[in-house]
Amino acid sequence: MTTTPANDPPVSAWTTAPIVLRSTKAETPGVFTAEFEFKCEQDAARFASRPGQFNMLYCPGYGESAISLSRVCENSQRLVHTIRSVGDVTNRLARLKIGEIIGLRGPFGNGWPDFPDDLQHLIVVGGGIGLAPLRPVIEQFLASHMATRELTVLVGARSCEHLLFAGEYQSWRDSGATVIATVDRSAPEWKGEVGVVPALIDRLNIRDPAETQLFACGPEIMMSYSATAALDRDIPRDNIWFSMERHMNCAIGHCGRCQFGSHFICTSGPVFRYNDVQQLLTIHGL
Amino acid sequence: MTSPLFLPVAELPKLLARLLELGYKVIAPTIDQEAIVYSEIQSVEDLPRGWTDEQEPGHYRIKPTSNDRYFDYVVGPHSWKKYLFPPLQLISRAISGEEGWTFETCSDAPEQLAFLGVRACELAAMKIQDRVFLDGAYVDTGYQRRREGSFVIAVNCSVASPNCFCTSMNSGPRCKTGFDLALTELDDGMFVEVGSSRGQDVIEPLSLHAATTQHLNSAENLYARTVSQVSKHLNTDDLRNRLMSNLNDGKWDSVAERCLSCTNCTMVCPTCFCSHVSEVPSLDETVVERQRKWDSCFNLEFTAVHGTPVRNDVRSRYRQWLTHKLATWHDQFGESGCVGCGRCITWCPVGIDLTVEVNAICGGES
Amino acid sequence: MSNKLRLGVFKFASCDGCQLSLLNAEDELLALAEKLEIAHFLEASSIIGAGPFDVSLVEGSISTEADLQRIKDVRRLSKTLITIGACATSGGIQALRNGASYEEFVRAVYPSPEFIHSLETATPISQHVPVDFELRGCPVNTKQLVQILVDHLHGRRIRVPNHSVCRDCKLSGTVCVTVARGLPCLGPVTQAGCGAICPEFTRGCYGCYGPAHQSNPSSLMAWLSGHQHPVEQLVPLLQNFNAAAPAFSNAAKELQEGARR
Repeated sequence: MTTTPANDPPVSAWTTAPIVLRSTKAETPGVFTAEFEFKCEQDAARFASRPGQFNMLYCPGYGESAISLSRVCENSQRLVHTIRSVGDVTNRLARLKIGEIIGLRGPFGNGWPDFPDDLQHLIVVGGGIGLAPLRPVIEQFLASHMATRELTVLVGARSCEHLLFAGEYQSWRDSGATVIATVDRSAPEWKGEVGVVPALIDRLNIRDPAETQLFACGPEIMMSYSATAALDRDIPRDNIWFSMERHMNCAIGHCGRCQFGSHFICTSGPVFRYNDVQQLLTIHGL
Repeated sequence: MTSPLFLPVAELPKLLARLLELGYKVIAPTIDQEAIVYSEIQSVEDLPRGWTDEQEPGHYRIKPTSNDRYFDYVVGPHSWKKYLFPPLQLISRAISGEEGWTFETCSDAPEQLAFLGVRACELAAMKIQDRVFLDGAYVDTGYQRRREGSFVIAVNCSVASPNCFCTSMNSGPRCKTGFDLALTELDDGMFVEVGSSRGQDVIEPLSLHAATTQHLNSAENLYARTVSQVSKHLNTDDLRNRLMSNLNDGKWDSVAERCLSCTNCTMVCPTCFCSHVSEVPSLDETVVERQRKWDSCFNLEFTAVHGTPVRNDVRSRYRQWLTHKLATWHDQFGESGCVGCGRCITWCPVGIDLTVEVNAICGGES
Repeated sequence: MSNKLRLGVFKFASCDGCQLSLLNAEDELLALAEKLEIAHFLEASSIIGAGPFDVSLVEGSISTEADLQRIKDVRRLSKTLITIGACATSGGIQALRNGASYEEFVRAVYPSPEFIHSLETATPISQHVPVDFELRGCPVNTKQLVQILVDHLHGRRIRVPNHSVCRDCKLSGTVCVTVARGLPCLGPVTQAGCGAICPEFTRGCYGCYGPAHQSNPSSLMAWLSGHQHPVEQLVPLLQNFNAAAPAFSNAAKELQEGARR
């Protein structure tokens, strides 16, 4: 039970809800997907996330970590997080046992924009763990838009064993999406592309660039070059979106940690229009 | 509101007594550690009567004056943010039980504070922090409670230090809004302006006479004299754009050579609001508290992503502080983050003056 | 065999003060002992436990030939090696001899210098073997020492804050002794950890925790020497317990060279 002193408003932004680990699944080396359920029904009932939003997952003694939802959560469904073990909190999350309780604050951030009415083609670009916050978009698109619109998923990783959600590409293709994966380093068993993701954009069939949107998440350099490649293909600047990463501590725009130029990533982002971050990305140490 | 009143100097204790009687804890300037700091007072005797301060870049001293005024100094090392946004706050608590962790949200017991001696630049600073903690998508409920609970008695500055530049930032020296009561210290007492109905309720039982035209004239003269003492100037014309178009300028290297990255400027700044929440576990880790502490963009760990700081040199950290305060603050909060109080100049251990650095980086002219 | 982590505590050239910081953690040690077997800690017990050790705490600098060999043995027997204190981390006060004539020192100090078999320098542990973490301080802070052991036990990365002492003064409301009283203070360039004790008692910081990360003592010294603090006062301030820490020794050198010019 979450307890709150009587004189406090019912839900403060610092109020932590208990959630229970229900399942884990190994994805790629160091990356796993964990599914949680709210311990309390009222917490579950008021929780609804948009694609691209994140939660602060809390392991007492270790701290909080901002982790994006890799599947939309609404109507008391499970909370699905795909996590890379890189720090104290994420390493602790990797050691959680089924049934263990941790804390959650969220959802936070703006998430990906709504699809415009005239959208013809959505290009999704995910590098490494960056595909995780894009999967809800892919799933939402496949569920409701494939009849009239086109979806291309471009995935990049260091090597084929690092390709995230590789087991799902075929089902995305079966639903009508074009999925192209590329790796930095090839391996004998790898039959796919070798090279950087932006190079794939050069070769895409883009019928109506003005009504094409590009959503990217991954290393900043990959996103920047993807944007350049998209601009070369006449996709308008306003149609290009990045999901940015900075260290977050409060997630509510009060601690100053995730500042990037004029933005706090936690509240104005993590998703930004390319135009709003393009200049900032060229400045070292911003 | 009532027209201005006059509080004879001998009756200042009555105002204090009234506040104490209403249950306020009165926080006011007082002398401690060779400085004029903000602390709880019990009587007007605790005020730094007959003292003033001497300030230069990297230099602060208190010294006796030849008069017996109560408020003949400017701002010191402390700011009111230490009461409204305390340096250490308990945020939440996790308790390990048989069924796993449970979580509590913590809040401090609300205190009724009366701030006596708030300067115009400090009123402006409070409004700036209001925008950060109250006007965004998320409200800091603790800040809100403390802010709403506090009674503000402003005091118009009778002197300016060489580090003051409130006139450039349009934040002073005259207190115009944001107070319950405002005092102007004249030769024989206080010219009192009432800024709220709460202020009216506090002052009413003192049965003060209305201020005379002479009082008003004396007050006006004092405002004009203080304005004329403000010698430091920051050209704010188009400052946001001038700074943001010079982010890659080599001149940032010059200040980075002198800057200690020690955090003093951000800690004394009345508007800086950065913080960090850390874990404070009991030894057996069955109870874990989360503690929110003032932090600073000058700390290396502040921007560490997976252990690597994004701002990995003093240059980028100084640039972050200065451009946030004077440029990107406008984008985020619709105004400058600087009120011209001069604290960052006085309390910089190596006397770095932001107005000088701005001129060096993007020129004094727009 | 128990499942407890085996802890070894080793002393090199030092005053034992950092080991005392561990002993001072009386309550915590009892609780820690449930998870940690103190296998070798001569300051606390005469039992000489054999390696290997899961965690070794090493106090002191390398000052003799024998130490030079022994630290390699300690490293070999230790999974994680943590140095504790200024001596082990930067050489300590004894590193003052590094820049001077060793022969002269020995002759001046000892009546029978022929019995002294020291190295010409006192050097930090990290100069001789890989070190997993360096805990600063003269002496180290008991709370920080317990915290890093607890963090290690829980599989967390060992770390302590690396900001300046100034932040701690400001958090506790201590007014800056340099700006308000004109005292020379190393706080702005020194790593926090002590709780900013000296300024609270109207003293400048002595730099016990060594230079903060990316600190800038040259700038601080230039300012202080330009504001009525003689070089003869500032150089000894830098040449304390962390005299051999590069940031401090370089600033001292610059001051001395500047004074000669």
